[in-house]
Amino acid sequence: MAAPLVRIVNARRASQVFFLLLTLWLCAVSTLGGEFWRLSGWPVNFVLSLSPLTALGTLLSTHTWYAPLLWAVPVIVLTAFLGRVFCGFACPLGALNQAVGWLARRAAAAIPGAKGQALRERLADNRHSPWQAAKYYILAFLLAAACFGSLQSGLLDPLPLLFRSVNLTLAPVADAGFQVLFSKPRHYASAWLLFAVFAAVLGLNLLRPRFFCRYVCPLGALFGALNRFAPWRVGKRDDAQYDRAHGDCGNCTLCDTYCEGACQPSGVIKTSECLMCMNCLDACPQNRVTFCGAASAGGEEHLPEPSRRGFMFSLAAGALSDPMWPLGGLADTGKNPLLIRPPGSLDEARFLSRCIRCGQCMRVCPTNVIQPALGEAGLEGLWTPVLNFRLGTSGCQVQCVACGHVCPTAAIRPLDLAEKLGRGPYAARGPLRLGTAFVDRSRCLPWAFERPCLVCQELCPVSPKSIHTRTTYEPIRFGQAQFVLAQFAEKGAARLSLSGLAKPTANLGSGDYSLRPAGHAMATPEEGLRRINACTWAESGQTLTLDAPPDPRKGWKLQPGDTVEILVRLQKPYVDAARCIGCGVCEHECPIAGQRGIRVSYENESRSGPGRMLV
Amino acid sequence: MSTPGHSDHTARTGPELTRRDFMKRAAGAAAIALAGGGLATALLDTHGPKAQAETAAAKGLGDFSIEALRGKPGRMAIVRADVRADMNKEPDRAAMLLRALTALGGLESFIKPGDRVLLKVNAAFATSPTLGATTHPDLVGAMAALCLKAGAAQVSVTDNPIHSPESCFALTGIGDAARKAGARIILPREDLFKPVSVPEGRLIRDWPALSGALTGVTKLVNLAPVKDHHRAGASMCLKNMYGFLGGRRNVFHQDINGIIAELSVLARPTLCVLDGVTVMMSNGPTGGSLSDLKAAHVLAVSTDPVAADAFGLELLGRALSETPYLALAEGAGAGSADYKSLDPQFLDMGA
Repeated sequence: MAAPLVRIVNARRASQVFFLLLTLWLCAVSTLGGEFWRLSGWPVNFVLSLSPLTALGTLLSTHTWYAPLLWAVPVIVLTAFLGRVFCGFACPLGALNQAVGWLARRAAAAIPGAKGQALRERLADNRHSPWQAAKYYILAFLLAAACFGSLQSGLLDPLPLLFRSVNLTLAPVADAGFQVLFSKPRHYASAWLLFAVFAAVLGLNLLRPRFFCRYVCPLGALFGALNRFAPWRVGKRDDAQYDRAHGDCGNCTLCDTYCEGACQPSGVIKTSECLMCMNCLDACPQNRVTFCGAASAGGEEHLPEPSRRGFMFSLAAGALSDPMWPLGGLADTGKNPLLIRPPGSLDEARFLSRCIRCGQCMRVCPTNVIQPALGEAGLEGLWTPVLNFRLGTSGCQVQCVACGHVCPTAAIRPLDLAEKLGRGPYAARGPLRLGTAFVDRSRCLPWAFERPCLVCQELCPVSPKSIHTRTTYEPIRFGQAQFVLAQFAEKGAARLSLSGLAKPTANLGSGDYSLRPAGHAMATPEEGLRRINACTWAESGQTLTLDAPPDPRKGWKLQPGDTVEILVRLQKPYVDAARCIGCGVCEHECPIAGQRGIRVSYENESRSGPGRMLV
Repeated sequence: MSTPGHSDHTARTGPELTRRDFMKRAAGAAAIALAGGGLATALLDTHGPKAQAETAAAKGLGDFSIEALRGKPGRMAIVRADVRADMNKEPDRAAMLLRALTALGGLESFIKPGDRVLLKVNAAFATSPTLGATTHPDLVGAMAALCLKAGAAQVSVTDNPIHSPESCFALTGIGDAARKAGARIILPREDLFKPVSVPEGRLIRDWPALSGALTGVTKLVNLAPVKDHHRAGASMCLKNMYGFLGGRRNVFHQDINGIIAELSVLARPTLCVLDGVTVMMSNGPTGGSLSDLKAAHVLAVSTDPVAADAFGLELLGRALSETPYLALAEGAGAGSADYKSLDPQFLDMGA
């Protein structure tokens, strides 16, 4: 038989490389911007939306098939007729797994004289294991949980897992030296854990080739179910029928040796486990293993092992998980006050029925405030998006709706700006609120430390600002002194000599400090005040330059020995909760670096009932 | 007997040590001992770590003012748009800028062939230019084009904004306007920040500043809008220099006047353009609504940022006493808070 023009395994490799590069490219271009290598019309969710598990999971949890997930349909059709082509030819995580396994085993085989040994070990590694049924139980658990509204498939679905791992851990680290993708270093909470999971998935390939694909992958399990009636499949051809074109099967088990899916093509082939790596076709010295529309001569077995009992147990566990989550009280008012979802997020229950934790929103967020939740949303919401205004480069930018537009399942709805800002047709409802900012008066500079500040008010993007101020003049600590002498000179200013003023800890000449006679009852807060324009201090005596001469009618007697006191003008911030949109710019920019002096929590968020605060 | 290349470690049954083997082992052990001792000697630290890491902060970001004008009153031109024109239509900023510059002897008297110009814009927020919270893109484009026409070798545009830099330069239109005119945008990448101190400064000590954007720059042009600012009183040219600071710069709001006074000498610009075509009268410096804006239809060009700001205060209807930083900046030698002392040229596009 003539050698084929393109070996099927090379076609498979080319396809794997293509899909892996495509995935990496789509990850790379998910930065906002107009250039061709930025997010400008690239179908960044294309690979993600190929997953029938996402489509089926959201179908079970929402009873609808969200239109962008229609790409899963051709994958289902292909799988139904041809088997798990996705696993063998398209899955980018499968490709990585296969590459790692190949590298590990190539290194072992490179030791001189170890080839025979390596082959024997490889055959042992690729023997079918009953534990491969585990993935079917995982799938049953996930689908049962989805039926009850809790979509957990994204944790183990290889596509969200890969996107999450690349975008939130590998890309920021790889880009740190180049600053091409991000001009400021990115931060992702619990990145170490995200990476540990990814590293474990890859590392397990050292134990068994494509370990994750064989034992864990719920998407692979779904494909294993979908290829139940595939008319075309891999199998060994019958001696009697093929003896002219093919040699005898000598049971050399080379097909088993190179089988990535451990489906045992030499014997009774486990068709549900066949990853379509096509290595058996390539390895068979007699060209006896083929891909065609007939059963394998060695016999076929579908869906091996998963026992009915085990299956029912997994389904029950998944179903029971649903009432267990709300038992923790996290879905209602007991939820973490820091559970602030991106703008356009559905209410918590519907959000969790859609989010696949792919991390696309966290990747695209221009200010890096969208973070993978570790504890904020409970175990049920592990790695779902949550806003952390202490991380990132700013708060949630008012004129940005990028997260909703990259969400593949509309857990975050694709809003337009008018809806987010409450304009045009949405004017009656007002702007979308993510939460409310609360001033912590024990940490705020003007409230707690008699220091002027007002950064939060300045940066509040709402018009009129939701942070407003009330001005007070307050005597500062150690701010009293005795009047000695006054000089009235240039431009109406006055220079006062004082004694007994303690060494100031703030710049009294900054324009925020004033002087008045002590103990003078004032009709207005500003009565009698004279602003200090400059201050020179020495232990022996102090000189204050005032903006204007003191007014004797306002309590200034200017007798030597009179006590005067220094006041600081403070503009104290207040939040108008009815106007606050919870964008978090105030919290991000608050100069109190640790626990901020103004912080946003979910109260009054638009998306759900329990968040309601004002009536 | 010992086998070469393989020594048995079990002492009881072990073979005898050969001289060759002993020498090899002794040499290896000596090398390790020497390396250990040598490292300790070479890197010996008898004092332990200092309380603070040592930094070598640069002194300011540079003086880019025209040498011939130093110590003399600055120069200033104020252009008013054609009053007969419709106030609801924005006047042509490029024409107003050209008019003002022409009155000051043309941009050629400030920008020489071969100059590398940095335009310090206000791109603080990722909002559209119609909201007036950022430098207008038309002004950036016009200034960049004029600089290139005057022979500038390179024109760059930069700011370290509040919102994400990419979004800011995109949404404000500054990015597009600059590129179209032939200028490049310098995003405030982390590696462009270096510690800087203002000589005799109290606040800017070893503080990260965007000095990387000024590498090789010979002329600095400050382009700022006129905006209300609750804490500082007003945000104009001097406050625009805040955008050179990095780090958690907001701590300086405790002494807003002091910090702006230090910023006035951190980097001295060649030219300042204060855009009062639309003035943000309230809810500044973010604005957010068209109702926060007022059409004033004037534009000022000055070599003196303090004078430019003093003029801007008039547009906001505020008194000099409401912004103590102008007096402080004047005291620091950054310019004159009495802009009329510059004998500014008043120009009218309608005339």
